[in-house]
Amino acid sequence: MRIGVVTFPGSLDDGDAARAARIAGAEAIRLWHGDPDLHGVDAVVLPGGFSYGDALRCGAIARFAPVMESIIDAARGGLPVLGICNGFQILCEAHLLPGALTRNQHLHFRNRDQWLKVEATNTAWTNGFTADQEILIPVKNGEGCFVADPKTLDALEAEGRVVARYIKGNPNGSQRDIAGITNEAGNVVGIMPHPEHAVEALTGPSLDGLGFFTSVLRSLAKDGQLAGGQQ
Amino acid sequence: MARVVVDVMLKPEILDPQGQAVANALPRLGVTDVSSVRIGRRIEIDFTGEPDLNRAREIADKLLANPVIEDFEIRVEGASAEVA
Repeated sequence: MRIGVVTFPGSLDDGDAARAARIAGAEAIRLWHGDPDLHGVDAVVLPGGFSYGDALRCGAIARFAPVMESIIDAARGGLPVLGICNGFQILCEAHLLPGALTRNQHLHFRNRDQWLKVEATNTAWTNGFTADQEILIPVKNGEGCFVADPKTLDALEAEGRVVARYIKGNPNGSQRDIAGITNEAGNVVGIMPHPEHAVEALTGPSLDGLGFFTSVLRSLAKDGQLAGGQQ
Repeated sequence: MARVVVDVMLKPEILDPQGQAVANALPRLGVTDVSSVRIGRRIEIDFTGEPDLNRAREIADKLLANPVIEDFEIRVEGASAEVA
């Protein structure tokens, strides 16, 4: 199975995301921001970094990149898309996910290993976790404070669309400790901490991040069987 | 001058930690009669021909402001503001 990883000018974690996809057992396909062709990938990761130098707002310019037009269309059609950190910001700017990521409440960049509780385990990217599983993955952001109006927050909680919450300390002031959310269909997930940095004992605090990448492979395999055994 | 000015501000209900940091620094300047500071962004758009408010509004709505967290006002430079 082919997981596409987009590189924007200013992306930082595209290499690690591609590596995580390979370690999970997928073929990693590098996608370029200026190329609208998705090269037949089965899923897409929008990686962390500072696309277009965070000009205007984080993710605001990336949202209009040629590759994003294809991804927005495909995501509406069910393509699994995972946005990590800057990728989460891009998904919000593209209105594929509700809410927005704003400046950390304390104004400091935070870079640390972070405990999360996984809540929604019915998404394309989290079906390999058990409900309320506690995982440890790195967080590193300056603008990771998730905000939305109370009605949207209530709906996210009522519909089981909170993918993960910060536990043992909220690193950025996110409302209701929200670290990640999903769309109504469960194929689009945005998460602020970095699962792709927790896939190997040598470099990560755990292997917990791998679950996001193995989950999407599992979900694709299941869909393939339903669709008649194609990949 | 075919210039349109766009002012983008965080919505009142959105916390502005930068503004708060500035407000908290004011007593160090001896200023004690300020209750709140909020920080926004002013954007100047120069058109090649006549200033086009409708076009500017479209630019502001689609790109310059994020309607989830921000409001904007636009005006032709020198004229009074039109609230979006």
